[in-house]
Amino acid sequence: MAVVGQVLRSEWTKIRSVRSTVWTLGTAAVVTLVTGVLICTLVRKDFDSMPEQRQLSFDATNISFAGMGLGQLAMIVFGVLVVSNEYSTGMIRSSLAAVPQRGVFLFCKLAVATALVFVVGLVTSFATFFAGQTALGEHRAYLGDPGVLRAVIGGGLYMAMMALFSMAVATMLRSPMLSLGILMPFFFLVSSILGNVSATQKVGRYLPDQAGSRIMQVVTPVNDATPYGPWGGFTIMVGWTVAALVVGYVLLNRRDA
Amino acid sequence: MIEAVGLTKRYGPKTAVHNLSFQVRPGTVTGFLGPNGSGKSTTMRMILGLDAPTSGHATIGGRPFRQTPNAARLVGALLDAKAVHGGRSARAHLLSLAQLSGIPARRVDEVLGVVGLQDVAQRRSGGFSLGMGQRLGIAAALLGDPQVLLFDEPVNGLDPEGILWVRNLMKQLAAEGRTVFVSSHLMSEMALTAEHLIVIGRGQLLADMPVKDFISANSADFARVRTPDGASEQREKLTAAVAEAGGQAVPEEDGALRVTGLPLPRISDLAHAADIRLWELSPHQASLEEAYMRMTQGAVDYRSTADQRSGLQAAPAGYPPQGAAPQGYAPGQPSPTLSTPFEQGAPPLPGQVPPGVAAPPPNPYAQQAPYAQQAPYAPAAPVPGGPVPPQQGHPYGGPAPYGAPHPYGQQPPMPPAAPADQPTPHTQDVR
Repeated sequence: MAVVGQVLRSEWTKIRSVRSTVWTLGTAAVVTLVTGVLICTLVRKDFDSMPEQRQLSFDATNISFAGMGLGQLAMIVFGVLVVSNEYSTGMIRSSLAAVPQRGVFLFCKLAVATALVFVVGLVTSFATFFAGQTALGEHRAYLGDPGVLRAVIGGGLYMAMMALFSMAVATMLRSPMLSLGILMPFFFLVSSILGNVSATQKVGRYLPDQAGSRIMQVVTPVNDATPYGPWGGFTIMVGWTVAALVVGYVLLNRRDA
Repeated sequence: MIEAVGLTKRYGPKTAVHNLSFQVRPGTVTGFLGPNGSGKSTTMRMILGLDAPTSGHATIGGRPFRQTPNAARLVGALLDAKAVHGGRSARAHLLSLAQLSGIPARRVDEVLGVVGLQDVAQRRSGGFSLGMGQRLGIAAALLGDPQVLLFDEPVNGLDPEGILWVRNLMKQLAAEGRTVFVSSHLMSEMALTAEHLIVIGRGQLLADMPVKDFISANSADFARVRTPDGASEQREKLTAAVAEAGGQAVPEEDGALRVTGLPLPRISDLAHAADIRLWELSPHQASLEEAYMRMTQGAVDYRSTADQRSGLQAAPAGYPPQGAAPQGYAPGQPSPTLSTPFEQGAPPLPGQVPPGVAAPPPNPYAQQAPYAQQAPYAPAAPVPGGPVPPQQGHPYGGPAPYGAPHPYGQQPPMPPAAPADQPTPHTQDVR
């Protein structure tokens, strides 16, 4: 499959040659890191005044990823732009005229973008972990502690999956405005509201971000009734993404470009 | 070779392309002509497998495009010059397309030279003018050195030099044995570029023939005959004689006669036999543009209507609505400046020379019947800024055939192929 290599190379050129790549990925990394460190610093000061129950179930690793909720929004923007730019500029026609095998084109494109997000996400995740733990001082966790390495790598996986889900949604919707208009409020507000209101919690915890972020937890909170573990949660997120990808692929294949 | 068989595309109740069948052969430039919205772009997208036809099929080299292996090396296309990410440099844009088709990066610099963009290759394409965008699009089409080329409106936004360059490029590509399929809504451009024409209107095939045949089939030849001024009885005598001989003579506004159905020598013989002196006897051939307009007249989707300006002529506030409007014109009635047939279409834009009107020399034929009928179309067919200046004898960019009737002999249907003789402005494509 020489075509696969060609498309991968071409997509890498496309991603490298627009400024939005640096801006969105850079924002995601910085926001995640800075917010994480800030919250860790605050938590360290408040630790002694926390109730004992919370002190016992304190998850130092997960606290350092507190900025992920904001940082992921920039990742969503990156994912949406990678796909919908093709449509908003009309470039999709040139691309599909060069590679009529639409499936190959789509999946190579998503693979390149997702790989890039994973690398950036992984670096961000490790940097955030170490910076956050430093800020936590004596309450810190270590990479060698059980489950911590999984959680830190999971941070990179979570970001990559979030971006891939956004790309799949953008493939379905094509318009950047529409895609961002749905994804941003959903992950910024709706999902966390559903997850925190007790009546909707049971539904909310199956949403992609709620389920997926479980992979960054090391200590299970007290009274937690979530019926899945870290990898179970991540699998739910993958399931969402695969479903979106299938729909996106079918639409791309059927639709007029 | 491109082949369309019974190609049909419906968008809901609207049929964009209806039962279109044609072949585009290698070795010639085939012009694809039609008014705006006639389905040219849709057809091209269906040929490229981007849009799925409702029925029928299109093939390139005998295969549907989507099943063509190594498609980008066989087919190059310019569909939309603006289809570029504005934040990407021209070179990066072409490089991504080249890599997509497995074309070496060296080729990118070659085509940048061919289209003359090598100096702005690193600049972001968002700042490109329309003409530069077209050049970039043409460069993308040339990347794979393909045997089949499709260009959708390639001269849009190009300056005269650029138009000349595109024209020569198309001819050169065809001369190399490639299949070149160029769409346009400008007959004048196609007359100079293409050898074969496919004309569609409202998605249906109107003509599929060589340009030469198109001209002779669609342009009604006529003779202009002028009898001495002030001798109207001679004119009537000649009209009767022509009618008797089986021809038709229609008086024109300036007193001349438009005679059809008789060869020139016969008209002269008739006049001689009837003892009528002639001041003028000249052959005329309707321009290709005129023939095209006549053909597509019923198929124009977007026709401008007369601008009544009634909204602007309402009585000023404080005046009774049905009262004495300024200058005595009732609101809603056309102003006296809108009375000529042409201006009812739309006022000519500054810098735009409407065909047959506003000629530099006083043009007595400006309101001839065909133009008067077609005047509403005129704004939809902007004169291409004169790809060749009128003094070089461009018959379609200006009113030359009417304004300055050639006094001797048959006028050439097409201007001498002046452009082809001129040095090509672009760097030779290194292959």
